[in-house]
Amino acid sequence: MSSSAGANGAPVKSTGLHVGEPAPGVKKVDPIIVADGIKRQFGGLTAVDVEHLEIPRGAITALIGPNGAGKTTLFNLLTGFDKPNEGTWTFDGQSISGVPAFRVARKGQVRTFQLTKALGLLTVLDNMKLGAKGQSGESLARALFPWFWRKEEQEIEARAIDLLTRFKLDAKKDDYAASLSGGQRKLLEMARALMSQPTLVMLDEPMAGVNPALTQSLLDHILDLKKEGMTVLFVEHDMHMVRHIADWVVVMAEGRVVAEGDPHEVMANPAVIDAYLGSHHDQDLGDPDTGVVTAIKELADDDADESKH
Amino acid sequence: MIDWLLLFSNAAQEIISPTTAAYALAALGLAVHFGFTGLLNFGQAGFMALGAYGYAIATLTFGWPVWGAVLFGIVASIVFALILGVPTLRLRADYLAIVTIAAAEILRLLFTTNTFEPVTGSANGLQGYKGGFEDLNPIPAGTYGFGPWVYNEYDWWVRIFGWGLVALAALITWRLMKSPWGRVIKGIREDEDAVRALGKNVYFYKMQSLIIGGVFGSLAGMIFILPRAVVPSNYQTSLTFFIYAILLLGGAATVLGPILGSVVFWVLLSFFSGFVARAVEAGWLPFMSSVQAGQLRFILVGVAIMLIVIYRPQGILGNKKELAFVK
Repeated sequence: MSSSAGANGAPVKSTGLHVGEPAPGVKKVDPIIVADGIKRQFGGLTAVDVEHLEIPRGAITALIGPNGAGKTTLFNLLTGFDKPNEGTWTFDGQSISGVPAFRVARKGQVRTFQLTKALGLLTVLDNMKLGAKGQSGESLARALFPWFWRKEEQEIEARAIDLLTRFKLDAKKDDYAASLSGGQRKLLEMARALMSQPTLVMLDEPMAGVNPALTQSLLDHILDLKKEGMTVLFVEHDMHMVRHIADWVVVMAEGRVVAEGDPHEVMANPAVIDAYLGSHHDQDLGDPDTGVVTAIKELADDDADESKH
Repeated sequence: MIDWLLLFSNAAQEIISPTTAAYALAALGLAVHFGFTGLLNFGQAGFMALGAYGYAIATLTFGWPVWGAVLFGIVASIVFALILGVPTLRLRADYLAIVTIAAAEILRLLFTTNTFEPVTGSANGLQGYKGGFEDLNPIPAGTYGFGPWVYNEYDWWVRIFGWGLVALAALITWRLMKSPWGRVIKGIREDEDAVRALGKNVYFYKMQSLIIGGVFGSLAGMIFILPRAVVPSNYQTSLTFFIYAILLLGGAATVLGPILGSVVFWVLLSFFSGFVARAVEAGWLPFMSSVQAGQLRFILVGVAIMLIVIYRPQGILGNKKELAFVK
């Protein structure tokens, strides 16, 4: 596994993550999450039905798939925000099946949300401080006596300001989070998640609703996470972003994992094209979803360009 | 002619009256619930009833000393908070609202029913529980004070004790809300899933908040009965809504707001009711009987609550900035 930025500025991808041929449920050299037989049904609808899935450690893994593929549901299951009908999964070798969300987070697996959850009427700095784990001042008995936690609070504040500076939010630290723009809230949510010093960061659509000017900086922040040794798993619709930063891609459709592999192979996988376009995409059934077609064509072109060089 | 001096003097008495203190403390409990944690507790009257009955029953039926009776009222409200919280705090905020409003009514009806008459006194309520508290009074017998505030030693003792308790509760709340614990609590108000994702046991924090606010309500119930008797009809749902009015008047997410709100509420209520009653007597409002005049003040309270929510939703002491953004 290798990381850090390449000579031309493009991120260097981690390779050699899997064992054997890339296929749905392929074994990883060093998995951080191993999930088995996870099934979640809403009434008659099976939202998630994953036989086996391993997320590689120290890499950036993208979870993609068309709308309704069960990506966010799988996210919720893995983080303890939802309970599956059946299935087991482990994080870092420990079973976390059925463990409540707050305990999962304490183990070092922290998530963000598709709809950003900035705590509006807390200041940006308070949002950050809330992220720190194991604060003794958060116990009711000790909260009344500041001398128990004052020193710890100062350390947390220093760390928060450090992170805010990195995310260029330090000038806003005393403003209410509600006054931030949508993109700044995404940055704040990510920075807040980092306050807990996680080993696995799970980002649910980090780019949704982000102004293009901020996209690059968000991408860089995600790449930085990998550089610092964290594992990243993210859900995303933006194919360019997936191809740009992901080391490994897991494709879901109708609740199942239909393909896995490095971004370039996956984009060419017939199962993926079927998932996005339907298996009759080469027959004329009327107007296809032009947006997705264009995106996939562009990616195919990009790949062709790159292979020439 | 209207005796304005008497009107103002009556209104001024409300500033330090034990009833004002009791409402202030109950509103402070509600501030912890609603203003800081976002818990919609519509059963504060139930917590107050538990404090009042807990104290009175422990004194009269069990013959316990004052400290034991106070402790009994507190424990009763903690148990009540647990019963309400265990099933509802995992659910959305609205469920707690429904359960608390119903539970407070159930309590009131249980205290009213004839079945428990020997213990609860049924609709007549309880009295004769003040002996122990009187014995603790350090103030020598006599009449003290100046201007409109002239009281005997017991009345002063009730006021000092009541407002002392309010001050202590306000100090505790202020300390808590400035601490990391308070930060988690306010985070839960904003979005509990976000707080859960950061590794905090949201359920546990909500339970702690429900208990703290409930204990404040129960202590408020004890202050409330020191100058009067325990009567079940005092603990109707309208009591909870008066306390909400006070909370919104002062500022929901503030520590001093509920206290100031209670003072303003009672001074205005006393002034208006006195004014209307005398205006009817003086023949200024010929279309109104004196019985109707007695009800008019509650209409005025309703109008006042509406005006506050429309024109100053943050309350007297609330932060204007908090309202610049719609959640």
